[in-house]
Amino acid sequence: MWDETTLNLLIQGVGESLYMTLVSTFFAYIIGLPLGILLVTSAKEGIRPRPWLFKTLDVIVNLTRSIPFLILLVAIIPFTRLVTGTMIGPTATIVPLTLSAAPFVARLVESSIKEVDVGVIEAAQSMGASNMQIIWKVMLPEAKPSLIVGCAIATTTILGYSAMAGFTGGGGLGTIATNFGFYRYQYDVMLVTVVLLVLIVQVLQGILMKLAGLSNKK
Amino acid sequence: MGEAIIEIRALSKSFRTKDGEVTVLRDINLTIEKDEIFGIIGMSGAGKSTLVRCINMLEKPTHGTVLFDGRDMAKLSERELREVRRSMGMIFQQFNLLMQRTAEGNVCFPLELAGMDEASARKRAKDLLELVGLADKAKAYPAQLSGGQKQRVAIARALATDPKVLLCDEATSALDPTTTTSILALLKDINQRLGITIVMITHQMSVIEEICNRVAIIDESHIAESGKVEDIFYKPKTEIAQKLVYPSGKPTQQFISKRCMRIVFDGNSSFEPVIANMVLECKAPVNIMYADTKNIDGKAFGQMVVQLPEDEVLAQKMFHYVRARGLSAEEVNGYVG
Repeated sequence: MWDETTLNLLIQGVGESLYMTLVSTFFAYIIGLPLGILLVTSAKEGIRPRPWLFKTLDVIVNLTRSIPFLILLVAIIPFTRLVTGTMIGPTATIVPLTLSAAPFVARLVESSIKEVDVGVIEAAQSMGASNMQIIWKVMLPEAKPSLIVGCAIATTTILGYSAMAGFTGGGGLGTIATNFGFYRYQYDVMLVTVVLLVLIVQVLQGILMKLAGLSNKK
Repeated sequence: MGEAIIEIRALSKSFRTKDGEVTVLRDINLTIEKDEIFGIIGMSGAGKSTLVRCINMLEKPTHGTVLFDGRDMAKLSERELREVRRSMGMIFQQFNLLMQRTAEGNVCFPLELAGMDEASARKRAKDLLELVGLADKAKAYPAQLSGGQKQRVAIARALATDPKVLLCDEATSALDPTTTTSILALLKDINQRLGITIVMITHQMSVIEEICNRVAIIDESHIAESGKVEDIFYKPKTEIAQKLVYPSGKPTQQFISKRCMRIVFDGNSSFEPVIANMVLECKAPVNIMYADTKNIDGKAFGQMVVQLPEDEVLAQKMFHYVRARGLSAEEVNGYVG
């Protein structure tokens, strides 16, 4: 099995998996970070309570989070094709991965920011901070270590989903595992992809947790 | 009467809860003068923390007005309110420092909010940390500081924007007695040197005694009594004031039937054995029920409660003896602790 073709295939698979995971995580945060902040600020105890907005976002997040990833993947194929021009391969997979991870990221961000002591926010208000200043200068910096931990969870979860997308031709290590293990019964190659996935998770998790620890002055 | 800096008129505050409206403050009227240290004391749950938050509108009063330097706080726009808050520093029981910033970063924070450039902010932070005696801790994070040091950073931070008023919400309640004394001394120094009016919220009478000029006692959502600290301390009129003036060792049940004398040492008498001499002079024993006196620079400060003999003549003689020594004495029989 260790011919050059297989090896190149595996290297390409690792590259594609990382590409899907990192780009999807990035876009998931572009959507999820503001959404998470809004969930905190618009809540009843938030700095700018907007009950209807909170309720709406809360329901949307819950609904999208309860759709199984594989069903979402298939259901939004027309949309994916509209955005990327294709429905297979790593780039196409980024669309459902992002959409599926964004509400999850929003919840992670929400819970991280909620950990910030309300007394500190009150102190900032007493010093004349505007709501924007409270978000940028109090909530996000104070929650930073916890936000990085959340990011580690999000990235590794997205990596797992990206492998699942391999089943429908999403590319990356998932596709290799499916093609070799599921269709050709070449379990050795499949096993190698699983080991590679485990390694990627370990490395990503390790780097981010280290970063969270270093940034925490508490 | 000095010039008023904060005037609270007919202020009420109620919260809506599941069980209906809860009134936390009702019909509060207070005038706080420039340059004084004004204490607001009450048991926990009396509403004093809400009252101080109504001053800087962290809580919006339900009724009534708060005038700060003659301006109606409730009529300010959001932007104006943020401006005005910069002239009212606030410190808290739990310090509320930014945990991810150094001491210096914390002091720079309100200056950043106000749009000051970084170099000037750092310079000002350095001066302020020096003022509170923490010049060497500029680069330390709050987690590396003790409670007293954290409160000093919080004070430096509150002073950064040159406030006219410093609001202290139970600022010493999380500190040990020695640290409390040093923080109170710092606050008094700030009041005198920088001419900053201080509003002290506390549940400890000792804090009021130590630094306040005037005090308001708040009980069950309203002001029970207010006036000069000496007056309230020597002659507490209301039941709640008496409760606060007699601290933990408040008079026991024996008090009720037997007549007692409360002696206040206000520093006018020298530290001589008054009670012992009185007993020798009158040739009758007394029972010391409560005593809390301190010798400061050879003067006696504090108070003492003694149970007097049944004999009316002897009791009168003892009152005369104590009063002749320049001490204030009053009868406290009938008082139920």
